[in-house]
Amino acid sequence: MAIEFNLPEAIATQQSAALMVAEHMMRPVSRHFDEHEHDIPWDFINGLWPVMRANPMFGAGESKPKNGDSGDKPKRTPIGNMTMIHLIEALSWGDAGIYLAAPGGGLGAAAIAAAGTTEQKQRFLARFRESEKPVWGSMAMTESQAGSDTSAIRTTAVRAGDEWVLNGEKIYCTAGRLSLEESAGLVVVWATIDPKAGRAGMRAFVVEAGTPGMKVAKLEHKLGIRASDTAAIVFTDCRIPLSNVLGSTEVVTAEQAAQPGGPKGFQGAMKTFDATRPAVAASALGITRATLELLHAKLLEAGYELRSDVPYHDMSAVERDFLDLEAQHRAAWLLTQKAAWLMDMGEPNTVEASVCKVKAGEAATLITQKAVEMLGPLGYSRELLIEKWMRDAKINDIFEGTGQINRLIIARRILGFSSRELK
Amino acid sequence: MISFSPTEEQSLIVDTLKRYAKDRLRKVFRDADEDGELPADLLAKGWELGLVGASIPEAYGGFGELSAVTGALALEELGWGDLSTALALEAPATFALPILAAGTEEQKQEWLARFSDETYPNATAAMLEPTIRFNPRQLQTTATASGDGYVLNGVKAYVPLASSAEHVLVYANEAGKTQAFIVPVSASGVSVGEREKLMGVRALDLGRLSLENVTVGGEGKLGGAAGINFDVLYARSQVALAALAVGVARGAYEYALDYARNRQAFGEAIGQRQSIAFMLAEMLVEIDGTRLMTWEAAWKLDQGEDALRAALLAKRTADKTVLMVTDRAVQILGGHGYIREFPVELWLRNARGFATFDGLAIV
Ligand SMILES: Cc1cc2nc3c(=O)[nH]c(=O)nc-3n(C[C@H](O)[C@H](O)[C@H](O)COP(=O)(O)OP(=O)(O)OC[C@H]3O[C@@H](n4cnc5c(N)ncnc54)[C@H](O)[C@@H]3O)c2cc1C
Repeated sequence: MAIEFNLPEAIATQQSAALMVAEHMMRPVSRHFDEHEHDIPWDFINGLWPVMRANPMFGAGESKPKNGDSGDKPKRTPIGNMTMIHLIEALSWGDAGIYLAAPGGGLGAAAIAAAGTTEQKQRFLARFRESEKPVWGSMAMTESQAGSDTSAIRTTAVRAGDEWVLNGEKIYCTAGRLSLEESAGLVVVWATIDPKAGRAGMRAFVVEAGTPGMKVAKLEHKLGIRASDTAAIVFTDCRIPLSNVLGSTEVVTAEQAAQPGGPKGFQGAMKTFDATRPAVAASALGITRATLELLHAKLLEAGYELRSDVPYHDMSAVERDFLDLEAQHRAAWLLTQKAAWLMDMGEPNTVEASVCKVKAGEAATLITQKAVEMLGPLGYSRELLIEKWMRDAKINDIFEGTGQINRLIIARRILGFSSRELK
Repeated sequence: MISFSPTEEQSLIVDTLKRYAKDRLRKVFRDADEDGELPADLLAKGWELGLVGASIPEAYGGFGELSAVTGALALEELGWGDLSTALALEAPATFALPILAAGTEEQKQEWLARFSDETYPNATAAMLEPTIRFNPRQLQTTATASGDGYVLNGVKAYVPLASSAEHVLVYANEAGKTQAFIVPVSASGVSVGEREKLMGVRALDLGRLSLENVTVGGEGKLGGAAGINFDVLYARSQVALAALAVGVARGAYEYALDYARNRQAFGEAIGQRQSIAFMLAEMLVEIDGTRLMTWEAAWKLDQGEDALRAALLAKRTADKTVLMVTDRAVQILGGHGYIREFPVELWLRNARGFATFDGLAIV
């Protein structure tokens, strides 16, 4: 090992393919899907599906034996997460909303990969490699009274014979419609098996598209990432097999779950975030890089100099602003790579995942907002995509843990305080 | 590959310096700051660790190789220990490493061997000038070709160990370009002025150096007649300063973190309040980000890639980070942070210097 910053050939190749997709299949339709909120970008989806099937993101490809990979070959350094963040960054450079509509297992598959048994992984994840038609997976945690405070969820799962019966209402589920109405996909739903047990009573359940008692009730209208559907899902006596509870098919009583060392539901979600927070950061930084590139070009066109060989005190205000924005982006991107690298190395990365999410969420917000200002009437105009990118970028400081929640996670870890000691 | 773990060899160096910083520098830094000087044996002991020698290849009498990444790792630890000492230990490096990186074969043969010796060599560099519009690429100190050599004129500021240095690498403006010249302090026309009285790094001897019609032979110009690519040396200097800044910031962060865990107010630790806890989380975010930018710029230098922009970004970020972090450390300690019995006010004073310290360190 050494400290190095060169992108492995294998990632670079895939990255340039993703950038081709971004440039030719996403950018040209960016504005359309921003202005026609609930249209579905089918051309992009159908074009991308064969690629996504062959290279499932997150854990969805896990149980697939690699072609020709035999045990006696020298072990290659794992680069799965590093590859993933580079692809997400490239696609989000194209369009972050359309990227979120890309077919695949998404957060649902990530949760199954992190907390599911081998049998569950096979049963639920195979579709993301094998289906002829595009398929989506999604994850539904949030409820109207439970956002950051996930322990406040009220959706219940009650055992009835060989089945779980779900009741409750989820909101803000990314790709909920694509998963449940537009494909034979699935949603991972967080529910409580004992409302009094708090976190310990929480379990994740897989609900497949077409299950009676589950309905997409509403699609939200948003500030940005409008190509991505954000769905409310209602469960009314929705019955699913017992074996659809993630992590364990055994029935866990609230008492057992509450025991120290007992079966934990919440930990499953936490493990997912270690992988998905760098992914969100990468998406934020794809938008940010697009913004910086366009800003750079427009500033030069307008006659500004952007020099590297003059002292800070001799730079123009515009030059300084640009330098500072570029530095924010660079720091965030390196932090994101480090979080993904740790994951690939099999090392704990909870702090680093939140660190990169904090930095990227903030950098993307700041940089896109500043770019609109710096480009004046051009920046504010819908003729360019900059104003859209500002609207798109903001979500990255909100979902997968707000900036504040990720600060809390970091702070608790570094200070050694529990969630009760540091609220 | 993209990877973030130091080599085994680098880890050994880091461990050694961590110990030196903890056992030596952290024991003396406050008194040294108050006294305005470093303890007599401190530099000698530090020099024995072979910092500069480890950057010099065997062919020139050393026992290692030039690596900006290794340098950055080492300087973070020294910066963590004490900035004044770190800069004093760096002074000979600011003379030797430019010769190694950009000197002619003769210059390397002549000068480098002594930097692997056991005794601390009295050599330094002079880059800064006493003007608020200091521009390293448009220096006011001039070098004018004359016969086979050059004539130097000008005033240099913040020259490390000016009062004891025997040789100085002087940066000067030759026909609009920054070049470097090896100047013996004994040369006629060289005079060492007053020691600078500064806000921070008070244990470090920094002084003025005046050059009045100082003649330097042709062999004294770094890189020979062709001279140097100043951008590369300057980037090396920016990376070094950024690494030191990361070390200072990390020290202040760790201190404040520990304090916030223990200090009680309103019936609980102050770190149990988000306004303190979030400050600490943000300090960590900025320190980690700055470190990675510094490593990346260092890595580019080691690859022979253009590091101009990366080094500028790293240095500018480091300047901001170290000030933000040390200021917050003072804030987290409250009134105690303002008192000289606690270290954080010293770190804040040192931190503010980074935006000014052009040329005081190099990797
Ligand atoms: C477009 C979009 C897509 C989404 N996709 C999904 C999805 O796929 N699946 C899913 O489950 N959810 C999804 N969400 C929900 C998202 O994760 C939540 O909105 C988010 O976690 C914040 O919850 P909230 O909106 O209820 O805000 P609140 O939790 O009500 O927070 C409001 C404010 O208070 C702050 N705050 C809250 N608690 C604390 C605290 N302890 N300390 C300090 N500050 C605090 C927050 O940072 C925020 O600034 C999505 C949301 C959006 C907008």
